[in-house]
Amino acid sequence: MDDRYDVIVVGAGPAGSTAARFAALGGARVLLLEKDREVGIPVRCAEGIGDEGLRSVLEPRERWIAARIDAAELVAPDGTRVRLSYPSAGYVLHRKIFDYDLAQMAAEAGVEVRTKAYVHGLLWEDGRVAGVRVLHLGEDRAIRAQIVIGADGVESRVGRWAGLNTVTSMHDMEACVQVTASRVEVEPNVCYFYFGKEVAPGGYAWVFPKGDGVANIGLGVSGDYSGRKKPIAYLRQFLAERFPKASILTWVAGGVPCAPTLKEIVADGVMLVGDAAHQANPISGGGIATALIAGKICGRVAAEAIRDGDVSKKRLAQYAKEWHKAEGKTHERFYRIKEGVYRLSDEDLNRTAHMLAQLPPEEITITRVFRTALFREPRLLLEVAKVFVG
Amino acid sequence: MNRIVIREGVCDLCGTCVGVCPVDCMELTETRLQIDADRCILCEMCVEICPVDALELCDGRSV
Repeated sequence: MDDRYDVIVVGAGPAGSTAARFAALGGARVLLLEKDREVGIPVRCAEGIGDEGLRSVLEPRERWIAARIDAAELVAPDGTRVRLSYPSAGYVLHRKIFDYDLAQMAAEAGVEVRTKAYVHGLLWEDGRVAGVRVLHLGEDRAIRAQIVIGADGVESRVGRWAGLNTVTSMHDMEACVQVTASRVEVEPNVCYFYFGKEVAPGGYAWVFPKGDGVANIGLGVSGDYSGRKKPIAYLRQFLAERFPKASILTWVAGGVPCAPTLKEIVADGVMLVGDAAHQANPISGGGIATALIAGKICGRVAAEAIRDGDVSKKRLAQYAKEWHKAEGKTHERFYRIKEGVYRLSDEDLNRTAHMLAQLPPEEITITRVFRTALFREPRLLLEVAKVFVG
Repeated sequence: MNRIVIREGVCDLCGTCVGVCPVDCMELTETRLQIDADRCILCEMCVEICPVDALELCDGRSV
Protein backbone atom coordinates (compact mmCIF):
# COMPACT_ATOMS: atom_id res chain seq x y z
CA MET A 1 0.00 0.00 0.00
CA ASP A 2 1.54 3.28 -1.16
CA ASP A 3 0.91 6.80 0.10
CA ARG A 4 -0.73 8.03 -3.06
CA TYR A 5 -3.27 6.78 -5.62
CA ASP A 6 -5.51 8.30 -8.27
CA VAL A 7 -8.66 6.77 -6.82
CA ILE A 8 -9.48 5.22 -3.42
CA VAL A 9 -12.68 3.17 -3.16
CA VAL A 10 -14.10 2.64 0.33
CA GLY A 11 -16.08 -0.62 0.58
CA ALA A 12 -15.68 -3.82 -1.45
CA GLY A 13 -19.30 -4.77 -2.07
CA PRO A 14 -20.59 -5.09 -5.65
CA ALA A 15 -20.71 -1.28 -6.13
CA GLY A 16 -17.19 -0.66 -4.80
CA SER A 17 -15.47 -3.56 -6.58
CA THR A 18 -17.17 -2.69 -9.86
CA ALA A 19 -16.31 1.02 -9.58
CA ALA A 20 -12.71 0.11 -8.71
CA ARG A 21 -12.43 -2.29 -11.64
CA PHE A 22 -13.73 0.17 -14.22
CA ALA A 23 -11.59 2.99 -12.86
CA ALA A 24 -8.52 0.74 -13.24
CA LEU A 25 -9.59 -0.36 -16.72
CA GLY A 26 -9.76 3.36 -17.58
CA GLY A 27 -6.11 3.73 -16.62
CA ALA A 28 -6.36 4.99 -13.02
CA ARG A 29 -4.22 3.73 -10.11
CA VAL A 30 -6.81 2.40 -7.70
CA LEU A 31 -6.84 1.26 -4.06
CA LEU A 32 -9.89 -0.67 -2.80
CA LEU A 33 -10.36 -0.72 1.00
CA GLU A 34 -12.62 -3.13 2.89
CA LYS A 35 -13.13 -2.93 6.64
CA ASP A 36 -14.06 -6.57 7.11
CA ARG A 37 -11.56 -9.37 7.22
CA GLU A 38 -12.80 -10.90 3.98
CA VAL A 39 -14.64 -9.58 0.96
CA GLY A 40 -18.18 -11.00 0.79
CA ILE A 41 -18.59 -11.79 4.50
CA PRO A 42 -20.96 -11.27 6.25
CA VAL A 43 -23.71 -11.44 3.64
CA ARG A 44 -26.36 -8.83 4.45
CA CYS A 45 -28.61 -9.58 1.50
CA ALA A 46 -31.45 -11.79 0.23
CA GLU A 47 -29.17 -12.45 -2.78
CA GLY A 48 -31.78 -12.14 -5.55
CA ILE A 49 -30.93 -10.51 -8.90
CA GLY A 50 -32.70 -10.27 -12.25
CA ASP A 51 -31.05 -11.86 -15.29
CA GLU A 52 -31.18 -8.63 -17.29
CA GLY A 53 -29.63 -6.50 -14.54
CA LEU A 54 -26.77 -8.96 -14.01
CA ARG A 55 -26.07 -9.36 -17.74
CA SER A 56 -26.00 -5.60 -18.26
CA VAL A 57 -22.58 -5.63 -16.58
CA LEU A 58 -21.42 -9.26 -16.25
CA GLU A 59 -21.73 -12.65 -17.89
CA PRO A 60 -23.18 -14.90 -15.13
CA ARG A 61 -20.80 -17.58 -13.81
CA GLU A 62 -22.15 -20.94 -12.77
CA ARG A 63 -20.37 -20.77 -9.38
CA TRP A 64 -22.33 -17.65 -8.36
CA ILE A 65 -25.72 -19.24 -8.89
CA ALA A 66 -27.47 -20.96 -5.98
CA ALA A 67 -30.82 -21.18 -7.78
CA ARG A 68 -32.30 -20.20 -11.12
CA ILE A 69 -35.61 -18.43 -10.72
CA ASP A 70 -38.44 -18.65 -13.23
CA ALA A 71 -41.43 -17.53 -11.17
CA ALA A 72 -42.42 -15.18 -8.37
CA GLU A 73 -45.28 -16.04 -6.04
CA LEU A 74 -47.05 -13.20 -4.26
CA VAL A 75 -48.95 -14.16 -1.11
CA ALA A 76 -51.73 -11.80 0.02
CA PRO A 77 -52.54 -11.21 3.70
CA ASP A 78 -55.42 -13.73 3.53
CA GLY A 79 -53.17 -16.37 1.96
CA THR A 80 -54.34 -16.00 -1.65
CA ARG A 81 -51.44 -16.83 -3.96
CA VAL A 82 -50.71 -15.19 -7.29
CA ARG A 83 -47.95 -16.58 -9.44
CA LEU A 84 -46.00 -14.67 -12.06
CA SER A 85 -44.01 -16.87 -14.41
CA TYR A 86 -41.01 -15.57 -16.31
CA PRO A 87 -38.64 -17.96 -18.03
CA SER A 88 -35.06 -17.15 -16.87
CA ALA A 89 -36.20 -14.27 -14.69
CA GLY A 90 -33.14 -14.24 -12.47
CA TYR A 91 -31.05 -15.91 -9.83
CA VAL A 92 -30.49 -16.32 -6.15
CA LEU A 93 -26.74 -15.82 -5.82
CA HIS A 94 -24.04 -17.02 -3.48
CA ARG A 95 -22.99 -13.48 -2.53
CA LYS A 96 -19.94 -14.78 -0.65
CA ILE A 97 -18.54 -16.13 -3.91
CA PHE A 98 -19.97 -13.37 -6.11
CA ASP A 99 -18.51 -10.49 -4.08
CA TYR A 100 -15.17 -12.25 -3.78
CA ASP A 101 -15.02 -12.78 -7.54
CA LEU A 102 -15.88 -9.12 -8.20
CA ALA A 103 -12.98 -8.05 -5.98
CA GLN A 104 -10.75 -10.56 -7.76
CA MET A 105 -11.81 -9.17 -11.14
CA ALA A 106 -10.89 -5.72 -9.84
CA ALA A 107 -7.50 -7.05 -8.73
CA GLU A 108 -6.96 -8.60 -12.18
CA ALA A 109 -7.62 -5.15 -13.68
CA GLY A 110 -4.80 -3.76 -11.53
CA VAL A 111 -6.66 -2.61 -8.42
CA GLU A 112 -4.82 -2.98 -5.11
CA VAL A 113 -7.21 -4.59 -2.62
CA ARG A 114 -6.79 -4.34 1.18
CA THR A 115 -9.09 -5.98 3.70
CA LYS A 116 -9.19 -5.22 7.45
CA ALA A 117 -8.68 -1.63 6.31
CA TYR A 118 -10.95 0.64 8.30
CA VAL A 119 -11.37 4.15 6.90
CA HIS A 120 -12.15 6.55 9.74
CA GLY A 121 -11.87 9.96 8.12
CA LEU A 122 -11.02 12.00 5.07
CA LEU A 123 -7.88 14.04 4.36
CA TRP A 124 -8.49 17.63 3.40
CA GLU A 125 -6.29 20.09 1.55
CA ASP A 126 -7.25 23.66 0.64
CA GLY A 127 -10.86 22.85 1.48
CA ARG A 128 -10.93 19.83 -0.84
CA VAL A 129 -10.92 16.12 -0.14
CA ALA A 130 -7.41 14.81 -0.68
CA GLY A 131 -7.56 11.19 0.52
CA VAL A 132 -8.49 9.03 3.50
CA ARG A 133 -7.29 8.11 6.96
CA VAL A 134 -7.18 4.35 7.33
CA LEU A 135 -6.43 1.93 10.14
CA HIS A 136 -4.70 -1.08 8.67
CA LEU A 137 -2.85 -3.78 10.61
CA GLY A 138 -2.57 -1.60 13.69
CA GLU A 139 -1.23 1.37 11.76
CA ASP A 140 -3.07 4.66 11.27
CA ARG A 141 -2.12 5.94 7.82
CA ALA A 142 -2.94 8.91 5.64
CA ILE A 143 -3.29 7.91 2.00
CA ARG A 144 -3.75 10.53 -0.67
CA ALA A 145 -5.95 10.30 -3.73
CA GLN A 146 -7.52 12.66 -6.22
CA ILE A 147 -10.89 10.94 -5.96
CA VAL A 148 -12.45 9.07 -3.03
CA ILE A 149 -15.38 6.83 -3.96
CA GLY A 150 -17.73 6.04 -1.05
CA ALA A 151 -19.20 2.57 -1.59
CA ASP A 152 -19.61 2.18 2.15
CA GLY A 153 -23.20 1.00 2.28
CA VAL A 154 -26.28 2.02 4.19
CA GLU A 155 -24.17 3.39 7.05
CA SER A 156 -22.13 5.52 4.59
CA ARG A 157 -19.95 8.07 6.26
CA VAL A 158 -17.71 9.10 3.36
CA GLY A 159 -20.59 11.18 1.98
CA ARG A 160 -21.33 12.79 5.34
CA TRP A 161 -17.70 13.63 5.91
CA ALA A 162 -17.64 15.26 2.48
CA GLY A 163 -20.66 17.39 3.41
CA LEU A 164 -23.31 15.51 1.41
CA ASN A 165 -26.64 14.78 3.07
CA THR A 166 -26.78 10.98 3.21
CA VAL A 167 -29.34 10.51 5.98
CA THR A 168 -32.07 7.98 5.18
CA SER A 169 -35.47 9.04 6.51
CA MET A 170 -37.21 6.66 8.90
CA HIS A 171 -40.02 6.32 6.35
CA ASP A 172 -37.64 5.10 3.64
CA MET A 173 -35.46 2.87 5.79
CA GLU A 174 -36.49 -0.79 5.72
CA ALA A 175 -35.25 -2.54 8.85
CA CYS A 176 -34.57 -6.13 7.82
CA VAL A 177 -33.69 -9.44 9.39
CA GLN A 178 -33.04 -12.70 7.63
CA VAL A 179 -32.17 -16.27 8.37
CA THR A 180 -30.59 -18.77 6.06
CA ALA A 181 -32.25 -22.04 6.94
CA SER A 182 -32.36 -25.65 5.79
CA ARG A 183 -35.41 -27.95 5.68
CA VAL A 184 -37.43 -25.26 3.92
CA GLU A 185 -40.04 -26.95 1.78
CA VAL A 186 -40.58 -24.67 -1.19
CA GLU A 187 -40.29 -25.04 -4.94
CA PRO A 188 -36.63 -24.72 -5.90
CA ASN A 189 -37.12 -22.18 -8.72
CA VAL A 190 -39.67 -19.84 -7.20
CA CYS A 191 -39.16 -16.70 -5.11
CA TYR A 192 -41.96 -16.04 -2.61
CA PHE A 193 -43.16 -12.64 -1.38
CA TYR A 194 -45.59 -12.32 1.54
CA PHE A 195 -47.50 -9.11 2.21
CA GLY A 196 -49.61 -7.80 5.06
CA LYS A 197 -49.59 -5.66 8.18
CA GLU A 198 -49.26 -8.76 10.38
CA VAL A 199 -46.39 -10.16 8.33
CA ALA A 200 -44.23 -7.10 7.65
CA PRO A 201 -45.88 -3.65 7.87
CA GLY A 202 -44.62 -1.25 5.21
CA GLY A 203 -42.52 -4.01 3.66
CA TYR A 204 -42.73 -7.69 2.83
CA ALA A 205 -41.36 -11.07 3.81
CA TRP A 206 -39.36 -13.14 1.34
CA VAL A 207 -38.40 -16.75 0.84
CA PHE A 208 -35.62 -17.16 -1.72
CA PRO A 209 -34.50 -20.75 -2.38
CA LYS A 210 -30.79 -21.57 -2.55
CA GLY A 211 -30.98 -25.24 -3.48
CA ASP A 212 -30.95 -28.44 -1.38
CA GLY A 213 -33.84 -27.23 0.77
CA VAL A 214 -31.87 -24.20 1.92
CA ALA A 215 -33.45 -20.75 1.61
CA ASN A 216 -33.04 -17.14 2.68
CA ILE A 217 -36.11 -16.24 4.73
CA GLY A 218 -36.38 -12.67 5.85
CA LEU A 219 -38.48 -9.56 6.06
CA GLY A 220 -38.27 -5.81 6.12
CA VAL A 221 -40.38 -3.38 8.11
CA SER A 222 -40.60 0.32 7.22
CA GLY A 223 -39.24 2.75 9.80
CA ASP A 224 -42.77 4.19 9.89
CA TYR A 225 -43.86 1.08 11.77
CA SER A 226 -40.86 0.73 13.99
CA GLY A 227 -41.57 0.57 17.67
CA ARG A 228 -42.10 -2.11 20.21
CA LYS A 229 -42.45 -5.04 17.85
CA LYS A 230 -39.12 -5.45 16.13
CA PRO A 231 -38.44 -7.05 12.74
CA ILE A 232 -36.78 -9.96 14.52
CA ALA A 233 -40.05 -10.61 16.40
CA TYR A 234 -42.01 -10.51 13.14
CA LEU A 235 -39.56 -12.99 11.63
CA ARG A 236 -39.79 -15.39 14.58
CA GLN A 237 -43.56 -15.36 14.20
CA PHE A 238 -43.36 -15.82 10.42
CA LEU A 239 -41.04 -18.81 10.81
CA ALA A 240 -43.14 -20.40 13.54
CA GLU A 241 -46.35 -20.08 11.52
CA ARG A 242 -45.14 -20.87 8.00
CA PHE A 243 -41.89 -22.83 8.31
CA PRO A 244 -41.94 -24.58 11.68
CA LYS A 245 -39.57 -27.28 10.39
CA ALA A 246 -36.94 -24.81 9.19
CA SER A 247 -33.56 -25.29 10.80
CA ILE A 248 -31.60 -22.05 11.06
CA LEU A 249 -28.01 -21.93 9.81
CA THR A 250 -27.22 -18.22 10.09
CA TRP A 251 -29.03 -15.00 10.75
CA VAL A 252 -28.30 -11.41 9.83
CA ALA A 253 -29.77 -7.93 10.25
CA GLY A 254 -29.54 -4.93 7.97
CA GLY A 255 -31.12 -1.78 6.65
CA VAL A 256 -32.14 -1.05 3.08
CA PRO A 257 -32.68 2.53 1.91
CA CYS A 258 -35.84 2.27 -0.25
CA ALA A 259 -35.48 5.90 -1.18
CA PRO A 260 -34.96 8.19 -4.13
CA THR A 261 -31.32 8.52 -5.20
CA LEU A 262 -29.57 11.14 -3.05
CA LYS A 263 -29.91 14.63 -4.48
CA GLU A 264 -26.13 14.93 -4.62
CA ILE A 265 -23.96 11.88 -5.22
CA VAL A 266 -20.78 13.79 -6.08
CA ALA A 267 -18.70 16.56 -4.51
CA ASP A 268 -15.23 17.89 -5.32
CA GLY A 269 -13.09 14.74 -5.42
CA VAL A 270 -15.88 12.53 -4.00
CA MET A 271 -18.36 10.09 -5.55
CA LEU A 272 -20.95 7.88 -3.84
CA VAL A 273 -22.22 4.60 -5.26
CA GLY A 274 -24.59 1.75 -4.32
CA ASP A 275 -26.52 1.85 -1.04
CA ALA A 276 -24.38 4.83 0.00
CA ALA A 277 -26.00 6.79 -2.84
CA HIS A 278 -29.47 5.24 -2.25
CA GLN A 279 -29.49 3.43 -5.57
CA ALA A 280 -31.35 0.23 -4.56
CA ASN A 281 -34.70 -0.45 -6.22
CA PRO A 282 -37.19 1.31 -3.92
CA ILE A 283 -39.97 -1.24 -4.52
CA SER A 284 -38.08 -4.49 -4.07
CA GLY A 285 -35.12 -3.24 -2.07
CA GLY A 286 -32.92 -5.14 -4.54
CA GLY A 287 -29.64 -3.33 -4.92
CA ILE A 288 -27.12 -5.65 -6.58
CA ALA A 289 -27.96 -4.89 -10.21
CA THR A 290 -28.14 -1.13 -9.71
CA ALA A 291 -24.86 -1.26 -7.77
CA LEU A 292 -23.21 -2.95 -10.75
CA ILE A 293 -24.68 -0.51 -13.26
CA ALA A 294 -23.86 2.58 -11.18
CA GLY A 295 -20.43 1.18 -10.25
CA LYS A 296 -19.51 0.76 -13.90
CA ILE A 297 -20.48 4.35 -14.74
CA CYS A 298 -18.85 5.71 -11.58
CA GLY A 299 -15.52 3.96 -12.21
CA ARG A 300 -15.37 4.96 -15.87
CA VAL A 301 -16.15 8.62 -15.14
CA ALA A 302 -13.57 8.66 -12.32
CA ALA A 303 -10.86 7.43 -14.70
CA GLU A 304 -11.87 9.98 -17.35
CA ALA A 305 -11.78 12.80 -14.80
CA ILE A 306 -8.29 11.73 -13.66
CA ARG A 307 -7.13 11.68 -17.29
CA ASP A 308 -8.54 15.17 -17.83
CA GLY A 309 -6.88 16.43 -14.64
CA ASP A 310 -10.20 17.75 -13.42
CA VAL A 311 -11.86 16.06 -10.42
CA SER A 312 -14.17 18.95 -9.57
CA LYS A 313 -17.77 18.37 -8.61
CA LYS A 314 -18.77 19.78 -11.98
CA ARG A 315 -16.68 17.23 -13.86
CA LEU A 316 -17.77 14.30 -11.68
CA ALA A 317 -21.41 15.31 -12.13
CA GLN A 318 -21.19 13.46 -15.44
CA TYR A 319 -21.57 10.27 -13.36
CA ALA A 320 -24.77 11.58 -11.75
CA LYS A 321 -26.07 12.59 -15.15
CA GLU A 322 -25.34 9.21 -16.73
CA TRP A 323 -26.82 7.34 -13.76
CA HIS A 324 -30.02 9.32 -14.06
CA LYS A 325 -30.14 8.65 -17.77
CA ALA A 326 -29.50 4.91 -17.36
CA GLU A 327 -31.55 4.10 -14.24
CA GLY A 328 -32.38 7.19 -12.28
CA LYS A 329 -35.66 8.05 -13.93
CA THR A 330 -36.98 4.52 -13.59
CA HIS A 331 -35.75 4.55 -10.03
CA GLU A 332 -37.72 7.71 -9.24
CA ARG A 333 -40.87 6.25 -10.83
CA PHE A 334 -40.39 3.08 -8.77
CA TYR A 335 -40.22 5.25 -5.70
CA ARG A 336 -43.55 6.92 -6.54
CA ILE A 337 -45.12 3.50 -7.16
CA LYS A 338 -43.75 2.26 -3.84
CA GLU A 339 -45.42 5.18 -2.10
CA GLY A 340 -48.72 4.17 -3.75
CA VAL A 341 -48.41 0.44 -3.10
CA TYR A 342 -47.41 0.88 0.53
CA ARG A 343 -50.53 2.93 1.19
CA LEU A 344 -52.70 -0.08 0.33
CA SER A 345 -54.53 -1.74 3.20
CA ASP A 346 -54.61 -5.50 3.74
CA GLU A 347 -58.17 -5.48 2.30
CA ASP A 348 -56.90 -3.73 -0.85
CA LEU A 349 -54.15 -6.32 -1.20
CA ASN A 350 -56.57 -9.23 -0.69
CA ARG A 351 -59.01 -7.83 -3.24
CA THR A 352 -56.19 -7.34 -5.74
CA ALA A 353 -55.04 -10.93 -5.24
CA HIS A 354 -58.60 -12.28 -5.69
CA MET A 355 -58.97 -10.41 -8.97
CA LEU A 356 -55.62 -11.61 -10.26
CA ALA A 357 -56.24 -15.20 -9.15
CA GLN A 358 -59.17 -15.36 -11.56
CA LEU A 359 -57.00 -14.54 -14.57
CA PRO A 360 -55.41 -17.23 -16.72
CA PRO A 361 -51.79 -17.65 -15.54
CA GLU A 362 -50.28 -16.40 -18.80
CA GLU A 363 -52.08 -13.08 -18.37
CA ILE A 364 -50.59 -12.35 -14.95
CA THR A 365 -47.71 -9.94 -15.39
CA ILE A 366 -46.05 -7.54 -13.00
CA THR A 367 -47.67 -4.66 -14.88
CA ARG A 368 -51.03 -6.30 -14.38
CA VAL A 369 -50.36 -6.74 -10.67
CA PHE A 370 -49.53 -3.08 -10.13
CA ARG A 371 -52.34 -1.94 -12.43
CA THR A 372 -54.88 -4.03 -10.55
CA ALA A 373 -53.55 -2.97 -7.18
CA LEU A 374 -53.65 0.68 -8.06
CA PHE A 375 -56.78 0.78 -10.19
CA ARG A 376 -58.39 3.27 -7.88
CA GLU A 377 -55.48 5.65 -8.23
CA PRO A 378 -55.36 6.67 -11.88
CA ARG A 379 -52.38 8.99 -11.41
CA LEU A 380 -50.24 6.14 -10.16
CA LEU A 381 -51.60 3.87 -12.85
CA LEU A 382 -50.21 6.28 -15.40
CA GLU A 383 -46.80 6.08 -13.73
CA VAL A 384 -46.89 2.28 -13.81
CA ALA A 385 -47.85 2.31 -17.47
CA LYS A 386 -44.87 4.55 -18.23
CA VAL A 387 -42.49 2.20 -16.44
CA PHE A 388 -43.66 -1.05 -17.95
CA VAL A 389 -45.10 -0.09 -21.29
CA GLY A 390 -43.21 2.84 -22.69
CA MET B 1 -27.43 11.83 32.30
CA ASN B 2 -29.60 9.90 29.88
CA ARG B 3 -27.87 8.08 27.06
CA ILE B 4 -28.32 5.41 24.40
CA VAL B 5 -26.77 2.10 25.39
CA ILE B 6 -25.82 -0.77 23.12
CA ARG B 7 -26.67 -4.28 24.21
CA GLU B 8 -23.37 -5.91 23.30
CA GLY B 9 -23.80 -9.31 21.73
CA VAL B 10 -27.24 -8.39 20.43
CA CYS B 11 -25.98 -5.72 18.03
CA ASP B 12 -25.29 -7.26 14.60
CA LEU B 13 -23.16 -4.29 13.40
CA CYS B 14 -25.57 -3.81 10.49
CA GLY B 15 -25.40 -0.02 10.35
CA THR B 16 -29.14 0.62 9.99
CA CYS B 17 -29.02 3.02 12.97
CA VAL B 18 -26.06 4.88 11.49
CA GLY B 19 -28.07 5.38 8.28
CA VAL B 20 -30.94 7.16 10.07
CA CYS B 21 -28.96 9.10 12.70
CA PRO B 22 -29.72 12.77 11.99
CA VAL B 23 -26.65 14.13 13.79
CA ASP B 24 -24.04 11.64 12.62
CA CYS B 25 -23.04 10.62 16.12
CA MET B 26 -22.84 6.86 15.45
CA GLU B 27 -19.89 5.06 13.95
CA LEU B 28 -19.41 1.49 12.95
CA THR B 29 -15.88 0.19 13.24
CA GLU B 30 -14.92 -3.27 12.05
CA THR B 31 -15.67 -4.71 15.47
CA ARG B 32 -18.13 -2.42 17.27
CA LEU B 33 -20.70 0.33 17.19
CA GLN B 34 -19.75 3.59 18.88
CA ILE B 35 -22.00 6.46 19.94
CA ASP B 36 -20.58 9.94 20.51
CA ALA B 37 -22.56 10.97 23.58
CA ASP B 38 -21.59 14.62 23.19
CA ARG B 39 -23.27 14.87 19.82
CA CYS B 40 -26.22 12.49 20.51
CA ILE B 41 -29.51 14.38 20.88
CA LEU B 42 -31.37 11.36 22.34
CA CYS B 43 -33.92 11.40 19.51
CA GLU B 44 -34.15 7.58 19.75
CA MET B 45 -34.48 7.04 16.02
CA CYS B 46 -31.73 4.43 16.29
CA VAL B 47 -33.63 2.68 19.09
CA GLU B 48 -36.78 2.67 16.93
CA ILE B 49 -35.17 1.42 13.70
CA CYS B 50 -32.88 -1.27 15.15
CA PRO B 51 -34.07 -4.57 13.60
CA VAL B 52 -32.92 -6.65 16.55
CA ASP B 53 -33.67 -4.43 19.56
CA ALA B 54 -30.03 -3.89 20.44
CA LEU B 55 -30.32 -0.25 21.54
CA GLU B 56 -32.13 1.36 24.42
CA LEU B 57 -32.44 4.72 26.08
CA CYS B 58 -31.06 4.45 29.56
CA ASP B 59 -32.07 6.72 32.38
CA GLY B 60 -28.79 7.98 33.81
CA ARG B 61 -29.96 7.63 37.40
CA SER B 62 -30.60 3.92 37.03
CA VAL B 63 -27.26 3.09 35.38
